[in-house]
Amino acid sequence: MLKLDNVSKTYRTGTFGGKQLCAVRDVTFEIKDGEVVSLIGESGSGKSTIGKMILRLIAINEGTITFDGLDVGSLKRGDLREYYRKVQGVFQDPFSSYNPIFKADRVFEVMHDHFYRSMRQKEWTAKIHDSLESVGLNPEHVLGKYPHQLSGGQLQRFLIARALLLEIRFLVADEIISMLDASTRIDVLNLLADLKERDLGVLFITHDLSLGYYISEQAAILYRGCIVEMGQTEKIYDNPIHPYTRMLMASVPRLDKKWEDVEIELRAKQGQLSDGCVYFERCPEHQRQTCCRDDRPTLRLAEEGHFVACQRSGKEESS
Amino acid sequence: MTRATKKKRNEFLYFAMRNNKLKIGAVIILFFLVLAAVGTLLTKNDPETFAGPMSSPPSAEFWFGTTFFGQDVFSQFVIGLRATFLVGAVGGGLATLIGMLVGFIGGYRGGVIDEGLNVMTNIVLVIPTFALLLIISAYFEVRGLFMESIFIGLTAWPWAARAIRAQTLSLRSREFVDLARISGMKPLRIVFSEIAPNMMSYLVMAFILQFGGAILIAATLDFIGLGPTQGFSLGIMMQYAVLWGALPLGSWWWFIPPGAAIATIVGALYFMNVGLDEVFNPKLRET
Amino acid sequence: MSLRVEDLTVYYQTLRGDVRALESATFSLADGEIMGLAGESGCGKSTLSNSLIRLAPPMKHIKGRVILDDQELPIADLHAMNEYRFTEISVVPQYAMNAMNPTRKIGKMAEELLRSRGIDARKALPELERRLDLVELDHDVLKMYPIEMSGGMKQRMVMVLSTLMDPSLLLADEITSALDVSTQKAVAKMLVGFRDREIVKSIVVITHDMSILYQIADGIMIMYAGQLAEKASTETIIHSPRHPYTKLLITSLPKVGVKHDEVRLKGIPGNPPLLLDPPTGCRFRERCPLAFEPCMDVPPFVEIEPNHFVACWKEGGANA
Repeated sequence: MLKLDNVSKTYRTGTFGGKQLCAVRDVTFEIKDGEVVSLIGESGSGKSTIGKMILRLIAINEGTITFDGLDVGSLKRGDLREYYRKVQGVFQDPFSSYNPIFKADRVFEVMHDHFYRSMRQKEWTAKIHDSLESVGLNPEHVLGKYPHQLSGGQLQRFLIARALLLEIRFLVADEIISMLDASTRIDVLNLLADLKERDLGVLFITHDLSLGYYISEQAAILYRGCIVEMGQTEKIYDNPIHPYTRMLMASVPRLDKKWEDVEIELRAKQGQLSDGCVYFERCPEHQRQTCCRDDRPTLRLAEEGHFVACQRSGKEESS
Repeated sequence: MTRATKKKRNEFLYFAMRNNKLKIGAVIILFFLVLAAVGTLLTKNDPETFAGPMSSPPSAEFWFGTTFFGQDVFSQFVIGLRATFLVGAVGGGLATLIGMLVGFIGGYRGGVIDEGLNVMTNIVLVIPTFALLLIISAYFEVRGLFMESIFIGLTAWPWAARAIRAQTLSLRSREFVDLARISGMKPLRIVFSEIAPNMMSYLVMAFILQFGGAILIAATLDFIGLGPTQGFSLGIMMQYAVLWGALPLGSWWWFIPPGAAIATIVGALYFMNVGLDEVFNPKLRET
Repeated sequence: MSLRVEDLTVYYQTLRGDVRALESATFSLADGEIMGLAGESGCGKSTLSNSLIRLAPPMKHIKGRVILDDQELPIADLHAMNEYRFTEISVVPQYAMNAMNPTRKIGKMAEELLRSRGIDARKALPELERRLDLVELDHDVLKMYPIEMSGGMKQRMVMVLSTLMDPSLLLADEITSALDVSTQKAVAKMLVGFRDREIVKSIVVITHDMSILYQIADGIMIMYAGQLAEKASTETIIHSPRHPYTKLLITSLPKVGVKHDEVRLKGIPGNPPLLLDPPTGCRFRERCPLAFEPCMDVPPFVEIEPNHFVACWKEGGANA
C-alpha cells in the first residue's frame, strides 16, 4: 500500500548552504494493509523525518513515496486532501498537538470544515461520539474541555479518534506513547494494535525496542538515516546481526534480563550461529570481509612451515 | 463564521468583562477618546484665538488655564488629543500591519522569501529613522498630520516584524500546526486561525507598543518643530510651551496636561495588554 | 543506616490551596544501597528528592525529619542546608545538561562551583582529573564550552562535579530519560561505579523507567499520589510485588518477547487523583480492583516480611 523507494532527505546548512546534513539516506521499505511496521531508532536517526515525509510535512529530496501507486510527492491541492483522507498521523507530544487557546474539540471541527463540509451537524456529532467511544473515551467527559484539562492519554486517544473520523487506511504514529505515564500508555498502544483489525497500515515510530516487539510484525532499525536491519520483528530480536542492532539490544534496559545476561546471550548466539571464522566477532572491522562471516577458513600454508586459518592470508597467497 | 467561532468570541468577552486590568486600561483610553471626540463641545473658545487673559492659571472659565498669548489650553488639549490618537492609530496601525505581513510570511514560509524579507527588515532597521524623518519633514514645507503618521508607520515596523517572525517561527514547529496541515488546511488559514490567535496578546502588544511609539515619535517631531505645519497636537503644545518660556514662568498648566496625557495613554495601553494576556491565555485565567 | 526519613510531609503552596504532594513518608536507606524511586508523573517522587536537598518555596515543610548518617538535616532551613549540600548530600539534576552556562568553559564553571563551597580549585584539580578518568572523559573537556559536548558527555561532567566532594547521599533525578539507550547504559553503570568505588555511600535514583531500575538498583520504592506504596528489593518488586498498584504497574509494562496478539497487556483504568483535594484513605482506592471497606482509612506502610514494606489493607492489614 505505502512504499518508500530510495527516499533521501538532506538539509543545507552553513552560511551559504554549503554544507549538507543527511537526515535520511536511501530508505526503501513497504507497508501492506493491516500491517504494523516499527521504525526503531535513537534520536537523530531520522525516524521522525521519515514519518513527516510520508505525511508530506517535509519535502522529499530524492526517491519517491507512493501510496497505492500514487506519487505522494507530486500531489496537488484536491488530491492532497484526498490523500489526507486516507493517511493521517498522531504525534509525540499530546500537549503541543493542540492549540492551547482552543478547546480540544476544535480538532474535530477542523475535520468537519475540510472533509465533511456537507454533513449536517447532528449527523456529525453522532459520528464524533462513535469515534470517541471506539477509542475508549466517554464523549461526555472529554468534549468541551481545554487541552490542559485532559490527561496525556486522553489527548492521544482523542487524536486517534480524530483520524478515525476519516476513512483512513494508514496511520503514522510518531512516538505517540513516549510522553504518557506507564499505567495509561499500554492502553493507547493496544488501541493502535486494534487498528490492524480495521485493515489499517500503521508506521509505529519508537525508540523503545520492547514497544516495537509488542506491536509490530515488521521492524526496521534506523541509524543515522540508514536502515541497518529490517525484517520480521521476531527474527531481528532473536538474532540481531548488524553490530548496531546488537549494541542497541545490549543497551536497552529490560525488565526480564539484566544487561550482563543479554551481553552473554548475544555473544553465545553469535558463536552458535556463525558458520564463518571463529574470530570474526573480535577481528578489527577493517580486516573483516563478508566471506569471513559465511565460510570458516581452513588452515592454509602461509609460508614454508607456517599455517594459518584466515581468509585474508589465503587470498593474498593465491593472488 | 461558524457557530463554534462565535461561541469562542463570547467566551473571550466573558473573561474580558471579568478582568480588572483590562477594564481599568480600557476606561482610561475610552475617557480620552470621548474627551477627544466631544471635548470641543465643552469649550466655546477656538484654540487659536486669544480668548482670555495671558498666562492665567486654571479657572472655571479656562479649565486648563491660558497660554502666554491668552489662548485656551483646554481647547488646544482636546484638539491635540485627536491628533495624538490619529497618529497612534494610523502610524501604529500601519507599522503593525506591515510588521505582521512581513513577520507572518517570513516566519511561516521560510526559505528564500524569509531571507529576502529579513534583509529588507534589517535595512529599514539600520536606517537612522529619526534622521530620515527630519530630512523628509524638512523637505516638505507644508506637512499634514496624516502624512506624518504614514511616515512614522513606514519606518517603525521592523521591530514588530522581527518579533512576529520569531514567534511565528517557534509556533510553526509546534505539532498542532503539523496537525492542521494534515487536515488539509491552507497556509493562509493556518497563519490566521492557528498561529495568529496564539499570538493575539502579542499582536495587541505589538500594536500597543507601535501605537505608543508613534505617539512618542510624533510628539518628539512636533516638539522640535517638524510636526504638522497647521493645527495642534500634544507635542506641538509642549513645543510652544517651552518656546514661550512656560517653564521659567511657572505656567505648569500649559505643559503638564499634554505631557501627562501622553504618559497616561501609553500607560493605560500597557495595562490593557497585561489584562488581555490573561484573557487570551486560558492558563492565566484565575478560575 | 545511611539515610532515615521519618514522617516527612511536604506540600506545595498555591493560590488555590495546598497541594499535598508528599504525605508521611517514612523509610530508610542502607549504606551502599542504590534505591530506585519510581512512580508516574505527579506521584511526588521529585518532591521527595527535592525536599531532601532544597526545600524551597512554594514547597512547604509540614512535618517530619530527615536523618543522614546519624545527623538530623535542617531541611526546612534553606540557609542552614548550605552546609550539607554538595558535601553530604548532592544531586544530579534532571536537566543538568541544559543548566550549564553556555558562555563559560567547563573548567571555569567547575572552579567557580568549588570556590562557592570554599574549596581551592587548584588543590582539587588532581582529584577532578582522576574523576574524569573514571567516567572516561578526556581532561580537555575542562577547556571546552558546553556546546562542544554531547549530551552524554555533559551528563557525565555533571555527575563528576556533583560527586566531587564525596557526598554520603547522591540523588539522581531522571538523569537518563533524555539520553539515547547506549549513553543511558553508560551513565547508569557509572552510578553503580560511584557506589562500588565508595565515592558516594548511597544513591537514590528517581525515574519513571522501571527497567533502568531493574538493571542497577538494589531496592525499589514505589510511590503513588504522594504516598509510599511499596518498598522492597528489586527482585521482589519486579517479580513478586504485593501492592495492587505495583502489581498492575509491573504487568502493564511491555517486555521484549511479549506480543500483543499473544499476551494482551492492560493498563490501569482511571487517572491519579488531584492532590489539591485528595480522597481520604488510600489514594489508590478508586482505581484499585481490590478496594474494600477499610481502604477508607490510610493504610500504614508496614513491613510484611523482612525489608518488604507495603501500604495496603489487603496485605499489611492481616499481618499487622
